[in-house]
Amino acid sequence: MTTYICRRVFEALLILIGITFVTYVLLYLVPADPVRQIAGRSATAETVENIRRQLGLHLPFYEQYWNYLSALVQGNFGRSYIQKTEVVELIRSRLPASLLLMVGAIAAELILGLTMGVISAVRRNSATDQVLMVVSFIGVSAPQFVVGILLLYVFAVLLGWFPIGGYGTFSHLVLPALTLGFLGAGWYSRMMRSSMLNVLEQDFIRTARAKGLSKARVILRHAVPNALLPIIAMIGIDIGIFMSGIVVVESVFGWPGIGQLAWQAIQRVDIPIIMGVTLVAACSIVLGNLVADIVALFVDPRIKLR
Amino acid sequence: MNILRELLARKLGLFGLMTVSFTVVVAILAPWITPYAPDLQLFEGLTLQGAPLPPNSQFWLGTDLLGRDVLSRLIYGAQTSLIIGVAANGVAVLIGSVLGVTAGMLRGIVGAVLMRFTDLMMAFPALLLAIVLAAIFKPSLWIVALVIAMVNWVQVARVIYSETVSLAERDFIDAERGLGASRSRILIRHITPHLVPSIIVFGTLGISTTVLLEATLSYLGIGVQPPIPSWGNIIFENQTYFASAPWLVFFPGFAIVSLALGFNLMGDALREILDPTMKGRH
Amino acid sequence: MGTANAASNMTVTYKDDVSTLDPAIGYDWQNWSMIKSLFDSLLDYKPGTTELTPDLAESYTISDDGLIYTFNLRKGVKFHNGRTMTAADVKYSLDRVTNPKTQSPGAGFFASVKGFDDASSGSGSLSGVSVVDDYTVQIELSRPDATFLHVVAINFASVVPREAVEKWGEDFGKHPVGTGAFYLDEWTLGQRLVFKKNQNYYHAGIPKLDQITFEVGQEPIVALLRLQNGEVDIAGDGIPPAKFLEVKNDPKYAGAIVEGSQLHTGYIALNVKMKPFDNLKVRQAVNMAINKDRIVRIINGRAVSANQPLPPLMPGYDPDYKGLSYNPDAAKKLLAEAGFGDGFETELYVANTDPQPRIAQAIQQDLAAIGIKAGIKSLAQGNVIAAGGEVDQAPMIWSGGMAWIADFPDPSNFYGPILGCGGAVPGGWNWSWYCNESIEKRAIAADSMTDPADAEKRMAAWRSIFTDIQDEAPWVPIFNEQRFTMRSDRLDGPDGIFVDPVHIPVHYDQVFIKEGQ
Repeated sequence: MTTYICRRVFEALLILIGITFVTYVLLYLVPADPVRQIAGRSATAETVENIRRQLGLHLPFYEQYWNYLSALVQGNFGRSYIQKTEVVELIRSRLPASLLLMVGAIAAELILGLTMGVISAVRRNSATDQVLMVVSFIGVSAPQFVVGILLLYVFAVLLGWFPIGGYGTFSHLVLPALTLGFLGAGWYSRMMRSSMLNVLEQDFIRTARAKGLSKARVILRHAVPNALLPIIAMIGIDIGIFMSGIVVVESVFGWPGIGQLAWQAIQRVDIPIIMGVTLVAACSIVLGNLVADIVALFVDPRIKLR
Repeated sequence: MNILRELLARKLGLFGLMTVSFTVVVAILAPWITPYAPDLQLFEGLTLQGAPLPPNSQFWLGTDLLGRDVLSRLIYGAQTSLIIGVAANGVAVLIGSVLGVTAGMLRGIVGAVLMRFTDLMMAFPALLLAIVLAAIFKPSLWIVALVIAMVNWVQVARVIYSETVSLAERDFIDAERGLGASRSRILIRHITPHLVPSIIVFGTLGISTTVLLEATLSYLGIGVQPPIPSWGNIIFENQTYFASAPWLVFFPGFAIVSLALGFNLMGDALREILDPTMKGRH
Repeated sequence: MGTANAASNMTVTYKDDVSTLDPAIGYDWQNWSMIKSLFDSLLDYKPGTTELTPDLAESYTISDDGLIYTFNLRKGVKFHNGRTMTAADVKYSLDRVTNPKTQSPGAGFFASVKGFDDASSGSGSLSGVSVVDDYTVQIELSRPDATFLHVVAINFASVVPREAVEKWGEDFGKHPVGTGAFYLDEWTLGQRLVFKKNQNYYHAGIPKLDQITFEVGQEPIVALLRLQNGEVDIAGDGIPPAKFLEVKNDPKYAGAIVEGSQLHTGYIALNVKMKPFDNLKVRQAVNMAINKDRIVRIINGRAVSANQPLPPLMPGYDPDYKGLSYNPDAAKKLLAEAGFGDGFETELYVANTDPQPRIAQAIQQDLAAIGIKAGIKSLAQGNVIAAGGEVDQAPMIWSGGMAWIADFPDPSNFYGPILGCGGAVPGGWNWSWYCNESIEKRAIAADSMTDPADAEKRMAAWRSIFTDIQDEAPWVPIFNEQRFTMRSDRLDGPDGIFVDPVHIPVHYDQVFIKEGQ
C-alpha cells in the first residue's frame, strides 16, 4: 500500500512537470507579443527590446523554459507582466473564493444528486423515477453558462431571492454553487440510484427488513451509507470538471476567483499568471484523482494495485 | 437492425433519437425553411433606439441586437452544432481509438509513453487547454472542431486502451497467438470487432460533450466566427441583454440542452443495449 | 460646500481588479483617475476641461528656442509619508519612468527630453533634467516639442518619493505613496480599495470627500442595480448596454445621468501596404460604404458618427470638413474604377469582447452590399494588436476596445503612434501602415511651434494635416464615443467632473456629497 501511494505521488509529480512543459510550449506558440502589451503604444523599438531582454523573452525556447522551471522549483511563480504583482499573491488572493465555490458546488451536487438517486431507487420504475432520470440527464446535458444565466434570470431578476452577482455572503454563493454543481448532481443521482439498487438487493437489507425494521429506517441507516462509499471516491475526480467549470461560472456571476484571473490573463497574454493558474488547476486535479484512487482502495480493497 | 429495433423499444432512447433526427432534418432543410437569411441585419429588426424586438408575428422568436431573425439564426446554428459535433467527435474517437489500441497492443515502452501522455492530458483543465489552443490558431469552423477533438480524445484513449489490454489477455487470443497468428490478424479479426460497441457508444455520447464544448467556446467569444450562427455565440453576443431581452438566451439555451440531451439519451440507451464495460463518465 | 459633512464617503465599483497604482505603469480605464488622485504632476487640467493649469509647479518659463523649460515648484508640498517634495524628487521620477528597468508603457512620451535615447537604452540617464535648487527644475529638450506641457501633466510624469519606491520595489504599485488629494488606506486584492483624504493637501478645500471606497469584481449590471438601490454612488464601468435604454428613458434618472464627449475615435484601419487597400479608390469606396448612423444606432446612440480622425472635443478638429459620406452606389462605382467591379475577399480583425464583434458584423454587411466579402477574425485583444503590428497580416482592423482614448488633449497624440511613420514599424500601433513623408515633415514642423503665441497657427497646421490624411483615407472613422456616467442622488458637483475628459472616468477630487445627505 505505502509503495503504491509513493509511486502514485511520484507519477503525479512527473505529470505536473509535463504539464508545465506542454503549457509553456502552447503559450510560446500564441501569436501575440506580451512585450508589446507591456510597452504600450508610444514605445520605441529600443524600449521594447530592452523589456524583452529583462524578461528573458529573447532567449531560445528551451532556455526560457529551463529558467521558468528552475524558478518554480524554488517556489517562485514569477510576476505578472502587466500588473507586476507576484503571481503567488494574486492566486492566494483569489483561490479562497474559488475553493468556497467548489465546496458549495460539492454540497449542492451531493444534496441534489443523492436525494434524487435515493428517491429513484426506492421508487424504482415509477413515474417519479422516470422524471428524475430525465432531470438527471438534463443535468449532464446543460452547459453551465445556460444554467447560470437561467438561474440568474429566474431567481435573481424575476423573483429577487438572490443577488444578481457578486461575492461575500451565503446568498451570493447559492446560485453559482448550484450552477457548478448541477452537472454533478445529474451524474450522482444516476450513480446513487444504481448503487442503491445493488445494496437493496443484498442479504443484510433483506434481513433487516425481515426483522421488522421500518422501510425508511432500513434505507437511511443501512442502504444509504453502503451505497455512498463508491460515490465518495468520485468527488476527487470532480475537481477536474470544476476546474473547467469555474472559468465559465465565475464569469457569469462575477465571482472573484482564479477562473476570472485566468480568463483575464489569457486576454492580455500575461503568461506568468496563465502558467500559475494552469499549474494550480492541474495540481488540484492530480491531487483529486490521487485521493479518489486512495479512497477507492479503502472502500473496495478488491481494486487491483496497478 | 437489431440495435435500432432495441433502441426504438426504449422510451428514453427513442426520445433521444427523435430529438437528434429532428435537429438533423431542420439543419438540412435550413435554406428552405428559414424565414430570413441568418446574417441579414434587418432595418425593421431593431427599434429606432437600437433595441431588439421580442417574439412577434413577423419574428417568431424575436430579433437580436443587430436586428437579425433569431429563428433563422437558430436553425442555421443547428448546422454548426451538428457539423462540429460530428466532425470533432469523429476525430476525437479516431485519435483516441488509434492511440488506445496501439498502446494496448504494443504495451512496453511505446504503450507506457502513450498512456502517460494520456494521463498528462487528463490532468489538464480541459477548458483552459481549449482556450489556449483557440488563441494559437485563427479560429474558423474547422479549427474549432480540431481544438475540441484535441481536448476530447483523452477519455476515449483510456477506455479503448484498457479494453484492448483485457481483450489481449483473454484465452482465445492466446490460442490464436499460439497458432502463429500475426499481430495485425489478431487486431483485425479479434480485437477490433470487440471494440466496436464502445466506439459506437463514444461516437454518440461524445457528440453531446462536443456540442457543449463548442457552445461554451463560442459563448466565451473564441469559438465559431461571426456572422456564422452558433447557439453558443448567439448567447455570447446577446448575454448582456439577458435581463431585458431574455428570449435571446432562452431559445438558443433550450436548443443546446435539447440536442445534447438527445445524444445523451441515445448514447445511454446504446450503452445499455451493447453493454460495453465503460467507466468513462460522460 | 459639501466638505462640512462628517466623514463623507463615496462608493465606486469596477468589474476588474485594479491592476496597479504605480503611476509609471498604470495605463487603463480604472486606475487612470485613481492615480491622478493619489499623485500629482507638475501640471494638471482644470476640472472638467482640457485646459492646462499649474499643479506641483507654481509657474514655468520656456526659453525662446523652445528647448528649455524651467519649472518653479510649489513649496511645502508633502508626500503621504510626511516628507517634503523637492526638485530632486521630480528628477528622480522622470529618471525612473524612462529607465527601461521600470518597464513603463509611458516611457516613450518623454522621447523629446535630452538624453532619452541613452536612458531608454540603459546606457545613461535622462541628462536633460537638472535640479537648479530645491524648488526649481530645468528640463532641456533635444528638439522643440509643443506637446511637452501635456507630457509633464500626464500620469507617467507623476512625482514619486524615492525612499518609498526603493522600499517596495516592484510592489510599489500596491503601496503607492504620492502627494495627491487622497492616500491609499487599504487594499484587499480582488475586493476593495479605500482611499482616505490627505489632510495636508496643498489645494485648499480639496478633496471634498473624506473617503472613497472602490469595490472591485462587480459586474456592471450588478453595480447599476445597486446604484439604483442607493448602495453605490458611481458605477465605474458605466451603464451596461442592457440597462442603458431603460435608465435613459426613465424620467426618474434624468438628473442622474451625465453625458460627455471623449477624446475617442473608433475607426477601421485599412492596411495601405496590403492589396487591394494600396489603391486609394478602394479605400475611398470603403469609406463611403459604411452606414455609420446605423452602427451608432446599434450601440444605442452612445456615440456620434465621425468623418475625420480627430474627435470634436480635440483642438484641431475641423467642423467644416465634409469627408466621404455614406453612398453605396458611388462606392460601387469607385470599386469598379479601381478594377474590382466584382468585389474582392478580405479580412476584418476585431477584438472578441462585446460589442466589438457585433459592430464588425454591421461593417461586414455594409461591405457585402458593395461586393466586398470580409471574413471576420474575432480574436483576443493581444492577438489583434500583434496582427496589426505585422505589415502583411491584417488588411482591416476595427479599433474598438483597443485604441482607447487620447493620452492627452493635443492633436499630435492622434498622429505619432497611430498615423505617423514612427508607428508604421513592426510591432507598432499604426495598423494602417500609412506613412507619408511630406505629412511627417509638416507634423514635425507643427510640433516645433512652441511659442504659445503660435498656438492658433499650430492648430491650423494640425487641422490641415488630419484632413489631408483623411483625403487619402487610410482610416474609416466610424464614430466618437460619448460617455454616460450615472451618479447617485447624494453626489454633487459640476456635471463636467463626472465625464471629465482627462480624469477618466470621474474627477474624484472634486466630487462632494449634497448637504444634509
